[in-house]
Amino acid sequence: MAEPVARSDPRISVRFDAATLDYHDRRVWTDLSLEFKEPSFVAILGPNGSGKTSLLRVILGLTPLSAGSVEVLGQPPRRGNPGIGYVPQHQSFDQDLPLRGRDLVQLGIDGHRWGVGRPSSADRRRVSEVIEAVEATPYADAPIGRLSGGEQQRLRIAQAIVGDPRLLLCDEPLASLDLHHQQEITDLIGGWQKRTGRTVLFVTHDVNPILSLVDRVLFVVNGRWAAGTPDEVLTSERMSDLYGSHVDVMRVHGRILVVSESTGSGFELEEPHHLPEIHAGGGSGGLGPGARNVP
Amino acid sequence: MDQLIHLLGYPFVQNAIAAGIVIAIVSGIVSRFVVARNMAFAVHALAELGFTGSAGAILVGVSPVIGLMAGTTITALFIGTLGVRVRERDAVVGVVMAFGLGLGVLFLTLYPHYATEAIAILFGTITGVSTSDVLLLLLIGAFTLVTLAIVYRPLTFATVDPEVAEARGVPVRGLAIVFLLIMAAAVAEAVQVVGVLLILTLLITPGASAERLTARPGRAAVYSVAIALACVLGGILLALVTNVAVSVYVTSLSFVLYLGSRFLVGPTLLGREQRRPDQPSASLPG
Repeated sequence: MAEPVARSDPRISVRFDAATLDYHDRRVWTDLSLEFKEPSFVAILGPNGSGKTSLLRVILGLTPLSAGSVEVLGQPPRRGNPGIGYVPQHQSFDQDLPLRGRDLVQLGIDGHRWGVGRPSSADRRRVSEVIEAVEATPYADAPIGRLSGGEQQRLRIAQAIVGDPRLLLCDEPLASLDLHHQQEITDLIGGWQKRTGRTVLFVTHDVNPILSLVDRVLFVVNGRWAAGTPDEVLTSERMSDLYGSHVDVMRVHGRILVVSESTGSGFELEEPHHLPEIHAGGGSGGLGPGARNVP
Repeated sequence: MDQLIHLLGYPFVQNAIAAGIVIAIVSGIVSRFVVARNMAFAVHALAELGFTGSAGAILVGVSPVIGLMAGTTITALFIGTLGVRVRERDAVVGVVMAFGLGLGVLFLTLYPHYATEAIAILFGTITGVSTSDVLLLLLIGAFTLVTLAIVYRPLTFATVDPEVAEARGVPVRGLAIVFLLIMAAAVAEAVQVVGVLLILTLLITPGASAERLTARPGRAAVYSVAIALACVLGGILLALVTNVAVSVYVTSLSFVLYLGSRFLVGPTLLGREQRRPDQPSASLPG
């Protein structure tokens, strides 16, 4: 993972060098050294509290490292880096909020700039274009709080990619969505990544919805980490090593389950009820078919 | 009507109207953010401690407007620095408000001739403001509007979508404090019209009504200002011809406008906005 490369190469999306992060005297992760080059689709996995979101915050320039260094798109991290797009976990907007999807996407272009601001006609065209690309046009002018979770999340993706980022950070974008919408959002992000050849860092507790897209995995647990291709990392040996106890990695119907024998320290990558629903072959490129079907 | 035209010739009426217009514009815009950020309780605390400030100012012989401004500003800084998280914020507001009101009671006991002035601060005095106070109010109002114009976009971003705003480099925490200071100024202004106890009628109702009329942020700001203007100017004029306190009319007007927005006009307007969803280019942005 950490082969030496020339510094300041913008094609290196993210590069950690002996990076350590402490949080309130607790070691979140230690000695993280790796790099992700364009194009890659990286799944960042691990149990809750293992520092996945902190990792994104470091890349966003919101949290400084305790030791070591990090480069983002060939430069030290900085707040408001225009090369980064960000999709947060789905949280519903208040249904009376006077805000349309179109306004949310517009904020992705100029929300950080001072002043009252009136979108230029070029901005407005760009916003409509991106909304069309995520197939959200039919509801882009409705109050955003009245849309379904999947619809809101589509508009969030439009907001994140409207500035044409080199690096897209997604923090559990599928959480609290039903299976159908999970698949749509996955296809959308995967399609964007394939078209543009950029890098996606995708934080998730369940790798299966994105398994077909992922070419790299970073697994963090108890301050330790492992990185590589899914086949390298998601094995019983590597996982047992990482957890420090016996862990079984099973493949069932093309899906991956990580199951620990000891309760408490265990972590299930797969929620059992997801098993029979979809096969992990659906998320390959292009925009989701039948994207407008809201169950 | 003749009586009204006659009254409009008096400087005190002109003062009131000039101050009222500025106050309404400030209140209209600020109330949108107060509603969206769930800060009704903080507004109330700012107003009550504004009362303490002006009581203290009268005690030492300074303009009550300056005392009011000092009271709301100090409170805003307290809330801004001590109450970072939402849950913490409400607790801090309560703690600071209780102590500040206690101080207000102390000032009242120290100064025996208070009754009328205290009532004026509690229930509004707009037709009693002096020309120098009007100038001060205009100054504070202009300063507030300029500050609001500068932070408008990032404040909107931080209000509706704080996580992504932070990720995009918006100083969410700093803006929260700036907005508290803007609120402090807006409260000091609005207290002139409706008084401390009725402050929410100008700093909540216009924004809350506007939300019921449109899903577009820009339009909502325009509606909110229009509603605040209607309440303040309508209130002043009605008070002039009937001899009942301004705040009575302002609170009644704003309540009626809220009900009207919510149940009569709102559903139609919102429905019309959404009936043309397939022609985004035909509609002006926000």
